[in-house]
Amino acid sequence: MKKIWSSALALLVSCFAFAVSAETSSAVDQYQLNLRKGVTDISGQVYDLHMLMFIICVVIGVLVFAVMFWSMIFHRKSRGAKPANFHESVKVEIAWTIIPFIILVVMAFPAAKTLIAMEDTSEPDVTVLVTGSQWKWHYKYMDNDVEFYSTLATQPEQINNKFDKGENYLLEVDRPLVIPTGSKVRFLVTSDDVIHSWWVPDFAVKKDANPGFINEAWTNVNEPGIYRGQCAELCGKDHGFMPIVVIAKDPADYQAWISEQQEAQRKAKEEEQRLLAMNMSMEELMSTGEQVYLRTCAACHQPNGQGLPGVFPGLAGSEMALNDIQGHIDIVVNGKAGTSMQAFGKQLTMSEVAAVVTYERNAWGNNTGDMIQAKDVNAVINGK
Amino acid sequence: MSEAKHDQKDKNGKLVFKLVATVFLMFGFAFALVPLYDVFCDITGINGRTADSAAVYESVEVDRSRKITIEFITRTNTGMPWEFKAQTRKVEVFPGEMNQVDFYVKNATNKDYVAQAIPSVSPGTAALYINKTECFCFNHQPLAAGAEAVMPMKFYIDPQLPKDITFFTLQYTLYDVTASAQDVAMNQG
Amino acid sequence: MSTATTELDHDDHHHHAPSGIKRWLYTTNHKDIGTLYLWFAFIMFLIGGAMAMVIRAELFQPGLQIVEPNFFNQMTTVHGLIMVFGAVMPAFTGLANWLVPMMIGAPDMALPRMNNWSFWILPGAFTILLASLFMEGGGPAFGWTFYAPLSTTYSNDTTALFVFSVHIMGISSIMGAINVIVTIFNMRAPGMTWMKMPLFVWTWLITAFLLIAVMPVLAGAVTMVLTDKFFGTSFFDAAGGGDPVMFQHIFWFFGHPEVYIMILPAFGIISAIIPTFSRKKLFGYASMVYATTSIALLSFIVWAHHMFTTGMPVGAELFFMFATMLISVPTGVKVFNWVATMWRGSLTFEVPMLFALAFIVLFTIGGLSGLMLAIVPVDFQYHDTYFVVAHFHYVLVTGAIFSIMAAVYYWLPKWTGKMFDVTLAKWHFWCSLISVNVLFFPMHFVGLAGMPRRIPDYALQFADFNKWISLGGFAFGLSQLIFLALLIKACRKKGEPVSAQVWEGAEGLEWEIPSPAPYHTFETPPVIK
Repeated sequence: MKKIWSSALALLVSCFAFAVSAETSSAVDQYQLNLRKGVTDISGQVYDLHMLMFIICVVIGVLVFAVMFWSMIFHRKSRGAKPANFHESVKVEIAWTIIPFIILVVMAFPAAKTLIAMEDTSEPDVTVLVTGSQWKWHYKYMDNDVEFYSTLATQPEQINNKFDKGENYLLEVDRPLVIPTGSKVRFLVTSDDVIHSWWVPDFAVKKDANPGFINEAWTNVNEPGIYRGQCAELCGKDHGFMPIVVIAKDPADYQAWISEQQEAQRKAKEEEQRLLAMNMSMEELMSTGEQVYLRTCAACHQPNGQGLPGVFPGLAGSEMALNDIQGHIDIVVNGKAGTSMQAFGKQLTMSEVAAVVTYERNAWGNNTGDMIQAKDVNAVINGK
Repeated sequence: MSEAKHDQKDKNGKLVFKLVATVFLMFGFAFALVPLYDVFCDITGINGRTADSAAVYESVEVDRSRKITIEFITRTNTGMPWEFKAQTRKVEVFPGEMNQVDFYVKNATNKDYVAQAIPSVSPGTAALYINKTECFCFNHQPLAAGAEAVMPMKFYIDPQLPKDITFFTLQYTLYDVTASAQDVAMNQG
Repeated sequence: MSTATTELDHDDHHHHAPSGIKRWLYTTNHKDIGTLYLWFAFIMFLIGGAMAMVIRAELFQPGLQIVEPNFFNQMTTVHGLIMVFGAVMPAFTGLANWLVPMMIGAPDMALPRMNNWSFWILPGAFTILLASLFMEGGGPAFGWTFYAPLSTTYSNDTTALFVFSVHIMGISSIMGAINVIVTIFNMRAPGMTWMKMPLFVWTWLITAFLLIAVMPVLAGAVTMVLTDKFFGTSFFDAAGGGDPVMFQHIFWFFGHPEVYIMILPAFGIISAIIPTFSRKKLFGYASMVYATTSIALLSFIVWAHHMFTTGMPVGAELFFMFATMLISVPTGVKVFNWVATMWRGSLTFEVPMLFALAFIVLFTIGGLSGLMLAIVPVDFQYHDTYFVVAHFHYVLVTGAIFSIMAAVYYWLPKWTGKMFDVTLAKWHFWCSLISVNVLFFPMHFVGLAGMPRRIPDYALQFADFNKWISLGGFAFGLSQLIFLALLIKACRKKGEPVSAQVWEGAEGLEWEIPSPAPYHTFETPPVIK
């Protein structure tokens, strides 16, 4: 009970604070009431526009309600009010058609100005291809050989209330997008499956990711920092679990980061080639396979391999997992058109694919004893 | 009285007929929206899709006063195992000048595939000003197991391109249409 | 339920209808069918509300506690479908059935047999929709807007049932709309000229035209979803030359007029109640009619304001922004007219008036947040957040549903002949009013702070407000049980008998016939002076 009262008090206080000053910081707070100002010139303009609209609406509302409450208080029968007889007035009616119209025109100008500023198509300094898929984002730097998937980093145990929830619960990813400050960064947004929407409130950027089509948006961040957002278009089961994290760095730091990533990605490719020649043991395959499975496959096929009947097929006891090795590797590598099954060949290394296929063929009572090695996966990918 | 009732029925019948006709008309209109949408997109470039048939290169005056940068993106959709790359990542062209960009594809699998490339341009309005005289995206592209190919795309930019567009992106997404291509072949056979 | 109007039969000597269930199955009487529609809508309101309770219980605190995300999505989807097609629209059709013939001096609806049909296919449609929740893979989980390709390539096979049930709902609404139009065109009593018609009749006439224009488009959209999913067409699939964004264009071409279908009859109701309890004629009758017409016409050219983030050229965004802003002019005229009607009236605050006053204030709040949403650059921040959820619940719950409750309280004594339990009604009003604001007002805040809609779990900074929202939701849900108790009591004919006029300031043909309204009314048309 005491807690409810303190919450109520906090609510009142914050409402009051809101009335006194509409300015709220972009820092996360429990009773954030207003839109955030963001960290770009455009997001600042959007905030100002929002405040302008808000104030106009409040003023209109207050005026209308004031007249209405005046009637309710002073024109009540219990006070002996006698009804007047008027029921039309052309002058008044024309006035309250024209005046709102003029207010709208006043609102339209700054809105159009900001909109046109947002649709600037000039050449950017950095271009990132953002691809949504169920339920992760993929970022590809168009001018460098750097690309990676970015998925939710919050542990399932936090979501299922087994562990305490961290500060950035549901708003943390394994690999954030990094962009330079003070430069025009363009996002080309598209999707591999359903429609997603890439949204970072601090940039005032929200663009739908439409499969087969590209959309673009841009930002120019002033302050280095970590900015968080979420997918904004219902995209299926885990729509609530595909956050966006963007780190803005000084151009110099950004360059260093990009070079580091290029080097790391080159090394990873070499490593993958090296692993082709190696065979992993059953234990290694199963333990790596389980990790990869829980990270990548369990969202749909479920940790117990049973799937969701009628939505996502189960793997335990399935025909493919028991008999068809080639088909199994093929579907994991290339996905299946017209279904939610993605092409994981783009997301996992060959040895990871080998491990996860091995795991699926030997877990939950699928005791085939099959061992798949990276070179088998390579044979499917490169036809050797 | 019964005369009046009869009249009433007649009047009702006529009105019901008109309203039901409107209902069917509007149902048809929903489907008519599909071609209408395409026409609308062709006029306004609302969805950034380029024309799906070849343009004829008319001797247009080359506008050497400005250069347009075009960036290419290649993607393959889920279930499409080909390797797909643009030979050039970016080109700079004068409006009105003929250009060619080649795209490389390889089917490394042991199955034959038929692909369809779907173009998309951003900003969308630029799609109206890119005229392709030859493009792999006009047709289905078959590729046997293990084969590779270079697919050309010849185009010029309409000099009418608005001055504020100096830079745009053209994306191709390859889709696996093997199944539907076989259906068509079977129907024709 | 069957006791609702059986006693009325005694007033009628020609009537030899079957009794019991057969009476309701075979009835062609507009009052019986109106009652059926209203009870059906109320049951659907409770079922849809129960789903909202599941949603709010899951969102009570962060983390997944009660339902799986996939089931959560089914709840949001079916909640939306049921409230739109099962609660609000049938309730308005029920009111039209009861009131339109009585208001224009007609003996019944023009097409009574079709009237019976259009009601009795509805329970079938919703049985199919609800049954799909219990099938393998569950019911529809793609939102009531069923955007392709989530509803086509990536949905489960029960989508076929969803499509089928939406088709039946559409046919039912279209038949209801045809009936209303034919009745109003051909059955008005002599002297009931167009500009003498009560505004409820006017707004319903315009609504019926909207229904006829856009329900077939919805039918077309679901048909395309069906053929894309099961028959290999590619209307919305880029691989076959289609475009998923086109789905949104077609859907919202239906969807925006649909929004007005759910609010125009409410304007008619409020325009009937405010003058009665102000004891003063409605201000600006003619401008009300013109405003309603222009809202209906404008609703056809604003659809893309639901899709600003899909990537449109600036020109299109500006056009749809300006067109949308324009709608606030006729809507404003309506609000001003209501306030002017109250001005220097002689006000009393009976229960229907309480709901009508709450409607004006809360609907205006919803309208103003709608105006903010029309501004493209800020819509990029609001779109698909709880700010939108707050906006349309203010318009639909404290708008449409409050108007329906106001209407029920206003005309219930006419239907039953007895005054309802005023104490219960006041409890219902005050509990609903307070809880509905605790429920929906903080949604503005979490929306602005950045909480997306349609998520089963959320970041920690939204936790406290969501707790309040859920508490408000449970309280609002419980408050409706008071309404249920009141309605059962009213149908069992408890309460003080009322006069023909019922309310002191009430004017119109329906207040000239006895209370309760006899089973057959105006068999000889009244003469309107």
